[in-house]
Amino acid sequence: MVDRPGPARRGRAWQSLLLVPVLAPLPVGLYNRLEPRLWGMPFFYWYQLADALLAMLVITVVYQATKARRR
Amino acid sequence: MTDRGLELGVFAALLAVLLLLGFYAARWRRPHTPQSLEEWGVGGRAFGNWVTWFLLGGSMYTAYTYIAVPALVYGVGAVGFFAVPFAIITAPMAYVISTRTWSVSHAHGFVTSAEFTRARFGSRSLAALVAVTGIIATLPYIAVQLIALQALLKTLGVDGEWPLLLAVGTASLCTFRAGLRAPALLSIAKDALLLWLLLSVALLVAMSGGWTAAFRGAGVRLDGDASPATGLLLPQGGSLGYLTLVFGSALAVFAYPHALTGILAARDRATVQRNTAALPVYCLALGLLALLGFFAIGQGVRPVGGDLNTVMPQLFHEAFPAWCAGIAYAAVAVAALIPAAVMSIAAANLFTRGVYREYLRPHATAAEEAAVSRWVSLLAKVGALAFIVLLDPRFSVELQLIGGVIVLQTVPAVVLGLWTGWFHRYALISGLLTGLGTGVLLLWRVPQRAADGSVVKAHFGGSNLPLSELGLGGGGAVYVGLLALAVNLVVVVGATVLLRGLRVPGGVDLTRPADYYADAGDGAAGRAEELIDGRSARSPAHAR
Repeated sequence: MVDRPGPARRGRAWQSLLLVPVLAPLPVGLYNRLEPRLWGMPFFYWYQLADALLAMLVITVVYQATKARRR
Repeated sequence: MTDRGLELGVFAALLAVLLLLGFYAARWRRPHTPQSLEEWGVGGRAFGNWVTWFLLGGSMYTAYTYIAVPALVYGVGAVGFFAVPFAIITAPMAYVISTRTWSVSHAHGFVTSAEFTRARFGSRSLAALVAVTGIIATLPYIAVQLIALQALLKTLGVDGEWPLLLAVGTASLCTFRAGLRAPALLSIAKDALLLWLLLSVALLVAMSGGWTAAFRGAGVRLDGDASPATGLLLPQGGSLGYLTLVFGSALAVFAYPHALTGILAARDRATVQRNTAALPVYCLALGLLALLGFFAIGQGVRPVGGDLNTVMPQLFHEAFPAWCAGIAYAAVAVAALIPAAVMSIAAANLFTRGVYREYLRPHATAAEEAAVSRWVSLLAKVGALAFIVLLDPRFSVELQLIGGVIVLQTVPAVVLGLWTGWFHRYALISGLLTGLGTGVLLLWRVPQRAADGSVVKAHFGGSNLPLSELGLGGGGAVYVGLLALAVNLVVVVGATVLLRGLRVPGGVDLTRPADYYADAGDGAAGRAEELIDGRSARSPAHAR
């Protein structure tokens, strides 16, 4: 049985980074506000849109880091 | 030529070209063995980075979202924006969840999640229950896509049902012939139109005073009206309802059958992972369109006949030049037909693998499976069409609401099952049934209130239950789906402890830990045949 335990476990450490964009919408009290605005957009909206960029960044980092280890 | 005439002309011409492209899909990447469910249902598991990305974008970000999300934002403001964070957080979640699903499905040749639960927990009743729940949740979802298309045609001033029948009929034929290849190819063309739409929207907003003006106009109406639930920000005590809706809907994505179909069509693990990194691009598109709801308020757009779903088409009509509005309409129309196709394929696969092969014809050949799926997919679309033509469309919207809540109840078996085989099969069945019952019962108790607080509709008025209904204080609300899932999980865990204590035999787990890391090249697809024949999967043929 090949479970690849080593890389899998190290990969898991990297994968915990993914929690950051997933949990970003959690502190509603912090971002449910109008100011500061960006291009006239209330903070509530651009904070949540920025999470999309953060998600892309984090996933790319996790992917690259675990890919390098696999080899 | 009038403006409407030009709009209609551009719309009809583009739609015709796209549907012709759908017919061409039968020849595109034509496989050597076209007669199997692997080919028809999941595109031979051969899609690369780009095609997978377009297909996932096409099947997850539906016309209903492009029309209903801005409509909701137009109607209530901040609460309607929940779809954006919900879509965003599915990407990092998919990086972990969908990769595992892809691997185990690849190793065993699964086409649906029902087959996975069958192999993992050794219960075909559970598999059938998961399949039926998935089908019931999917059908109204297909119907709301067609409702979005109908709203579009309504705005265009097209009378009668025949244009809808024609568009859906043609799209169904493409799917019947080409399987998943048709929506995949259409998704690529659709995104070109969508990109055009987004650029036009950005230009439009920039030329009309930017977001500052849009939000000022929207703030006047939303914060000025009598209802406490509307506004540019979440209302007092609205956080719980917002968050449970975000996280509950995100979890449900991993239980919806059509989301899985696109993932399984990917070529290898890396394709799935790379795709999750690129998927939030669609969230930005969705976010921009959602904010267009505010813009529409500022522009003084009024929905046609009080139907909020016509707000976006109406905005395109009023703000764009006619030819550009025609392109926008075509983009939304195709965005309705693509997910409808993928959903009908997913529902058909569930029937074929979860019910037909399990109970009716255990030794069905690959060709027979593909044939059954083809006809069932056609049936699913015709059923959805009959539904909205014959019944009140509001009924489909209610059913879609229920669909989201009930599909969430398969999460313990379908998603948690990827990590643990500990759950007892009977516990999962009882949990699922309890969750279904709880969910529908609670939804029934949700009233819909007008701006002044009076009850418009006594039952099925939304998916968030006021906490006061549960006898709890505070003005908050909670997403019913998550509440039902909590009850479901308590039953699953409690019953598993009980059944294991009583030594009731659990099912045999046919998956191995290594299966969840399997990649293209290791492990042959097609092991499902053996699972069904009842032979042990741990045969030497599969020892690596």
